[in-house]
Amino acid sequence: MAESETTVSLLSAEGRLEPTPSAEQFLPYFEKLTEADYRQFYADMAQVRAFDAEATHLQRQGQMGLWPPSTGQEGAQVGSARASRPQDHIFPSYREHAVGLIRGIDLLGIIELMRGTTHGGWNPQETNFHLYTLVIGSQALHATGYAMGVKFDGAVGTGDPDTDTAVMVYFGDGATSQGDVSEALVFAASFQTPQVFFLQNNHWAISVPVSTQSRVPLYLRPRGFGIPSTQIDGNDVFASYAVTAKYLDDARSGRGPGFIEALTYRIGAHTTSDDPTKYRTDDELASWVERDPVLRLETYLRGLGADDAFFGDVREEAADLAADIRRRTLTLGTPPVGKIFDHVYSEPHPVIEEQREWLAQYEASFDDASASVEGERA
Amino acid sequence: MTDIQTAQTGEAAPTGQATQAAHDADAAQLAADSIQTMPLGRALNAGLRRALQDDDRVLLMGEDIGKLGGVFRVTEGLQKEFGEQRVIDTPLAESGIIGTAIGLAMRGYRPVCEIQFDGFIYPGFDQITSQLAKITNRHEGSVSMPVVIRVPYGGHIGAIEHHQESPEAYFAHTAGLRVVSPSTPNDAYWMIQEAIASDDPVMFFEPKARYWPKGEVSLAGNPVPLHASRVARAGTEVTLVGHGAMVTMLLQAAEIAAQEGTSVEVIDLRSLSPIDYGPILESVHKTGRLVVAQEAPGFVSVGSEIAATVTERAFYSLQAPVLRVSGFDAPFPPAKVESLYLPDADRVLDAIDRSLAY
Repeated sequence: MAESETTVSLLSAEGRLEPTPSAEQFLPYFEKLTEADYRQFYADMAQVRAFDAEATHLQRQGQMGLWPPSTGQEGAQVGSARASRPQDHIFPSYREHAVGLIRGIDLLGIIELMRGTTHGGWNPQETNFHLYTLVIGSQALHATGYAMGVKFDGAVGTGDPDTDTAVMVYFGDGATSQGDVSEALVFAASFQTPQVFFLQNNHWAISVPVSTQSRVPLYLRPRGFGIPSTQIDGNDVFASYAVTAKYLDDARSGRGPGFIEALTYRIGAHTTSDDPTKYRTDDELASWVERDPVLRLETYLRGLGADDAFFGDVREEAADLAADIRRRTLTLGTPPVGKIFDHVYSEPHPVIEEQREWLAQYEASFDDASASVEGERA
Repeated sequence: MTDIQTAQTGEAAPTGQATQAAHDADAAQLAADSIQTMPLGRALNAGLRRALQDDDRVLLMGEDIGKLGGVFRVTEGLQKEFGEQRVIDTPLAESGIIGTAIGLAMRGYRPVCEIQFDGFIYPGFDQITSQLAKITNRHEGSVSMPVVIRVPYGGHIGAIEHHQESPEAYFAHTAGLRVVSPSTPNDAYWMIQEAIASDDPVMFFEPKARYWPKGEVSLAGNPVPLHASRVARAGTEVTLVGHGAMVTMLLQAAEIAAQEGTSVEVIDLRSLSPIDYGPILESVHKTGRLVVAQEAPGFVSVGSEIAATVTERAFYSLQAPVLRVSGFDAPFPPAKVESLYLPDADRVLDAIDRSLAY
């Protein structure tokens, strides 16, 4: 799954702006960006990296059952998320912490999910950033169905940049083997949905390499479904932004679905329960650390004149976010018993009500028992 | 259903006496016109048409449901009437149908999916049980899932493998789903509309053996609640409970038993999740004897659940253990031996005899 001459890259691993010939058609989107945007991208990546490190510590300190780290994938996530518009709908997998940050969710929601105080964590209607989906690939069909609805509603191709809507779904290289992802590609092609499939190929589905998922580069697969595709250097936030911006534009304009394969790498473990030293080599890891998405943008920004003060401010802001997450994580209590019975159904349900009442009475019976024991002692 | 009733009974309240008389005459005429005899399959068609007319967010989707009208013709003519965007021929992929219906429901649509045959639902099982059933709970109520999944199910049609199964227990076991099954054309007409109006996902099991026999449908009637069970025949000595095509066997058994001098009450469950226990318990308090019958295999089944619950709640009323009549715990057999597999009136009568022997 190495890069080839077709892989779109703008910002090299060394931090030089050297667009590949394959990047040409996407450059107009990049050229709309200003240095302020570059700085924003950098701040986004720094923030989510600090958040991710803090969350990993919190898990290790027993505050969460599990944490899926995002470190290393910030370039793919920040560029693509920054290319979306408020009216666009995003269907994430479960590692898209940077996308959630940019779409405006309270990142504590992800902590709550992983801690076990909720199965959700946020209200998607507030940000159009849908809930994490833990069954691999399932969300691809939800995104496609949603995009069918967008099209049926006529919210595509009107030329109004504030209402024409696209849907973007994130998934990983492992998910491409799931039938649901293939079925989503079939439906998307058949109904010409306004949709972008955003694949983060981080090269490992837990311990299984991408070569086991596919014998051909994954960006070629959607072409068999009749869906155009582009492979990008996923650690190049500019490539991610420019290519996603064009694909989302095409989707909103009614030109149908597209597919982006972002080549990236998870620097950490699959989750905190994983041990990547059992299946990855130090050399491979080191080669990807050299291609870090944050460092290369820092190099580029310094070349443009960003000074220590800027980077110091970013670091401070990121540290504040992490500290705030830590402080609030430590105040998360046990959810009320309603978490079991609330919203199992939208409409009243006799079994749920009966069991809710039974549990309340059962719990109350302990109070009565201890009260009577107290009474006897007195 | 309120809107539907209003649409039927119509106009503003009349004032004068003459107007009242005219109105009564109109209403009587309307009521007479509104009772039609049709097969269950046509009643479903009429119910779906009504739902499509009443709410433009209702969509039908499935394999071959458009031009062909579905392999059982339940959706016949609906695509022509409502267009390809409301009655959607989907690619041949059950998980895709359910998964995209979930996305459409998130967008505010009310999708009604047709699964072609019972045994073809399993490719969509993950999307139904891990997603559709749990999404409202996961979202803590900020999203509803008004999705109906229609499943032609059960035997008696002499079909090949995967075409005659009764998989309803899998779904009744899953929290977040509602599971219903009509046995008459009238129930089919109303229950499909109630299922579509529900904000929860509803598994709608259609007894395909009952698609063709005709019955009266009261197009202006007052529908009973979706999850209410129904006393299909009153009796005093033994209670029979079943759903779908099984209800026909129970009524046959009750008729034969009556000729032999035994009074049997028959309850049509209509809803398998939740189960409306009120009429069942009331009946058991009266008869003291209960036989539950179903086409599905008996192990870990809806019938087993009813037997356990009735034993818990009506123990001192029971004169005999609750008996189950069901399909065998073997795969649905090749069609030429299905009559041995499927419980019939004789097997029900045998259970009645065993119950009375205690």
